[in-house]
Amino acid sequence: MDAKLKETILNPIFKGNPITVLVLGICSSLAVTVEMKGACVMALSVILVTGLSSLVCSLLRKTIPNRVRIIIQLVVVALMVILVDQFLKAYAYGIDKQLSVYIGLIITNCIVMGRIEAFALSNKPLPSLLDGLANGAGYGLILIVVAFFRELLGSGTLFGLPVLSALGYTNNGLVILPPMALIILGCIVWIQRAIQKDLQEK
Amino acid sequence: MEYISLFVKSIFVDNMIFAYFLGMCSYLAVSKNVKTANGLGAAVIFVLAVTLPINYLLYTYVLKPGALLWLGEGFADVNLSFLSFIVFIATIAAIVQIVEMVVEKFAPSLYSSLGIFLPLIAVNCSILGGSLFMQNKDFAGIGESFTYALGSGIGWWLAIVALAAIREKMAYAHVPAPLKGLGITFITVGLMGMAFMTFMGISL
Repeated sequence: MDAKLKETILNPIFKGNPITVLVLGICSSLAVTVEMKGACVMALSVILVTGLSSLVCSLLRKTIPNRVRIIIQLVVVALMVILVDQFLKAYAYGIDKQLSVYIGLIITNCIVMGRIEAFALSNKPLPSLLDGLANGAGYGLILIVVAFFRELLGSGTLFGLPVLSALGYTNNGLVILPPMALIILGCIVWIQRAIQKDLQEK
Repeated sequence: MEYISLFVKSIFVDNMIFAYFLGMCSYLAVSKNVKTANGLGAAVIFVLAVTLPINYLLYTYVLKPGALLWLGEGFADVNLSFLSFIVFIATIAAIVQIVEMVVEKFAPSLYSSLGIFLPLIAVNCSILGGSLFMQNKDFAGIGESFTYALGSGIGWWLAIVALAAIREKMAYAHVPAPLKGLGITFITVGLMGMAFMTFMGISL
């Protein structure tokens, strides 16, 4: 059981990463990778939402009628997102404004629904919670890696503190623009698949 | 004139895919050939153009701070805007369901060509994203929100058909093995995004 739990936690972070392997939930959140701060808040929000909604859906799994399950899942996820959004509005208003619509878009993030459908509906609450948290973490990891390169190369700073700009680096404005997030992500996929040959597509 | 400006802007400058990454999942998954891409694109245009004006009405007359004034003076400071996520997603899910039933009944050939895409659209981020942007942008009337919905939908359709055409041709190219499939698609979309950035700053 312990080995299985460990596998549940570790698998989504690298080998079965939701973004680079399962291709779930690339949707909205790449837009928040301009800065580390926004990306970290977004990563935390996604971890919380996936974990908690997996937990709730797993607790409810025997009472949800199969035919209306999608709507019920959407309502549970939307509830969690509203909680996160209200919390951010109360305690971190600046960041909430900066993330704008993307917090709300966690509702339609495929990872959340995907994990509920694939895991939480057929497993006990504790493994579901861990699975949700781990998938959120695997997703957050990619966000933070992309944000690291974009903030470092684009504005020469990390978390707003000057790093490269202190060394006389000229900012590369292109990295701040949306298309570069996709190209950096493409490079991450490239590196991961070069290491793990079994993931390569024919 | 304002309508034309908003329309062109929402297609090219504020493109759902290239500027905001919305609807990326189905964009990457369903862009393997032009025909299915066309079907999904058409479905997105349609659903956006139907749901966004409805959500606009709901937002203006029910959810906005002070929107319930038409019920009486006592409702002047009721603010239900925290409910907007749940109301928007419920509207979208319901409309998609209704649209699916109507299309199945009255246009079976269209229904079978759209297939699984119609129900999937309920969780396409570009639909919910359109409604959330509508809330942010404070449109002046239902006409503006309809124009915006139509423009964003067409922008999404344009993007997915273009990518599908490129991917069809790319099947004959020599791509390094680890980059095949997902990796090269990301990079292609990035390059297409750069091309679309030339439209930035256009105003009519």
